[in-house]
Amino acid sequence: MNNSVISVRNLTKRFGSFTAVDHISFDVSRGEIFGFLGANGAGKTTAMRMLCGLSQPSDGTGLVAGFDIAANPEMVKRNIGYMSQKFSLYEDLSVNDNLTLFATIYGMKNQEIKKRKAELYDFLEMTDIKNSLVRDIPIGWKQRLAFAAATIHNPKVVFLDEPTGGVDPITRRRFWELIYKVSSEGMTVFVTTHYLDEAEYCNRVSIMVDGRIKALDSPNELKLKYGVETMDAVFRKVAEGAQRSE
Amino acid sequence: MRILAALLRKELKLMRRNPLIIRVIIAMPVMVMLVLPLIASLDVKNVGITVVDNDRSILSSRIIRDLNAAEGLCVNSVCSTHSEAMTEVENGTSDVILTIPQNFEQNPESLDVEANGVNATKGMLGAQYVVSSVSLTLSQWLGEQGTEIKANRPSVINRYNPTLEYRNYMIPAIMVVLIIIICGFLPALNLVSEKETGTIEAMNVSPVSRMTFVLSKLIIFWVVSLLVVAVGMTIGYLVYGLAPQGSILGIFGATVLFSLVMSGIGVTIANKSATMMQSIFVMFAFIMIFQLMSGLLTPISSMPQWAQAFTLFIPPRYFVEIMRSIYLKATPLTALWPQFTALAALALATCTLAALTYKKTT
Repeated sequence: MNNSVISVRNLTKRFGSFTAVDHISFDVSRGEIFGFLGANGAGKTTAMRMLCGLSQPSDGTGLVAGFDIAANPEMVKRNIGYMSQKFSLYEDLSVNDNLTLFATIYGMKNQEIKKRKAELYDFLEMTDIKNSLVRDIPIGWKQRLAFAAATIHNPKVVFLDEPTGGVDPITRRRFWELIYKVSSEGMTVFVTTHYLDEAEYCNRVSIMVDGRIKALDSPNELKLKYGVETMDAVFRKVAEGAQRSE
Repeated sequence: MRILAALLRKELKLMRRNPLIIRVIIAMPVMVMLVLPLIASLDVKNVGITVVDNDRSILSSRIIRDLNAAEGLCVNSVCSTHSEAMTEVENGTSDVILTIPQNFEQNPESLDVEANGVNATKGMLGAQYVVSSVSLTLSQWLGEQGTEIKANRPSVINRYNPTLEYRNYMIPAIMVVLIIIICGFLPALNLVSEKETGTIEAMNVSPVSRMTFVLSKLIIFWVVSLLVVAVGMTIGYLVYGLAPQGSILGIFGATVLFSLVMSGIGVTIANKSATMMQSIFVMFAFIMIFQLMSGLLTPISSMPQWAQAFTLFIPPRYFVEIMRSIYLKATPLTALWPQFTALAALALATCTLAALTYKKTT
């Protein structure tokens, strides 16, 4: 428990009479890759937005990186990175300008920013395009850049909301190499996805159905429990009874 | 501070890369300043006159000749009956009817002047022009006849705007309008477009403070407003020969305060709007009221009492007063402290509102 970076108890979000997230509880420990699965409309993004301090919970508690998400959302924000489903960097700024901007906002010193950017360019193989405008680079690169911006300040947790939407399997594979790399360095990764092959790469996976967590375990345990061969089959079995969809 | 500087650099770069913004902040002031002072004028020109000449004397023809020669007046026709003259007014060819009675030369006492009041300003001023032209002719005539000239006309000097050019009154006001539009709309559009493209999400999830983020949006439009006023003053001087009589620093100071008010309102509206359309419509409502009630076009002192009280809450009112009095009268800043204080208070209020309505957590 002491090792947990995210600790959630009965977290709930209601919009009027609609309960988007319904009393969910779980823990994520340091360095873990935690897959957050669910059908469209199951409440994944809403739950994630609460964990990032973007949305106030209606009920329940959540600790992220040691801070209460309801009482202290701004402290949570200092210690996390967030990559939204929709690309949200400045298209009319260069790659370099975007990274500098976010690094400065997270309070990094100039020297540190320079060093970290050099590391990232090298690691992401972006040195050649660092001065290109973001709108001119292909979507695969944009996703890598958004990942870089979300992790430039070495946060304790990084939240990735469908980070690999709309790209080919090779690009996705390369993106997951980045995830493994930061996770091996001790960063906790909290990721939502619709690609069930990606779920196999996670240490643990939770599956949300109609605002509740219906299953939570390592991919292998889940496959054993449901007596199937793939995560895809696990997902079908768990999400079968879903009432809501978008 | 470092974060604010980084955000400002970002705003500047984004602004430079947006061709529309550059056009709006440079080309719009240039075009408006080149064209509007010429057309936004209440000076009355080409007043059409129909004379009903029942006298047909030397004096009456001299009156008609002098009317025709007077600036802004034009005798369209001379008819013999009043009903003919009325037809001309009804057709819209004439604005004023001058009726010269029979035996006017022998007994030059009473004349009839009738004006078309549909266009109130033109009718009123036109009638006045006709009266003054006729009385000048009459006094000359009487002087030549050896009659003593009684009741000399008072001499009028127009202080601060010696040629009584309406455009000198309008040039400072046009700069006010430009700042209302540019510093009201651009921050609103800027912020709503961050919402629409989703970049605001990246800001909301970062530790940037609300005040810093809002300040970055406000400060950038100080710079823009100063640029607009500088362009306006340059054109005012080069094209219309009108330079500010008073402190340019005072003008810039008032401009900064006023741009804060406008962009504070713009950002507040953007915070409350989900789409560009919404923010534009709400902004329009404010701008309408601001333009009509700030004394830009019509003097506040001639508004009804309740409206006058209401104008105390109309920020451009103070800016218009400052601009006109510094520009035309060289009023010292010490005499304008009530206006400056009011603007500063409103700036503080709107900027606080802008920061408070910006929510990083929903």
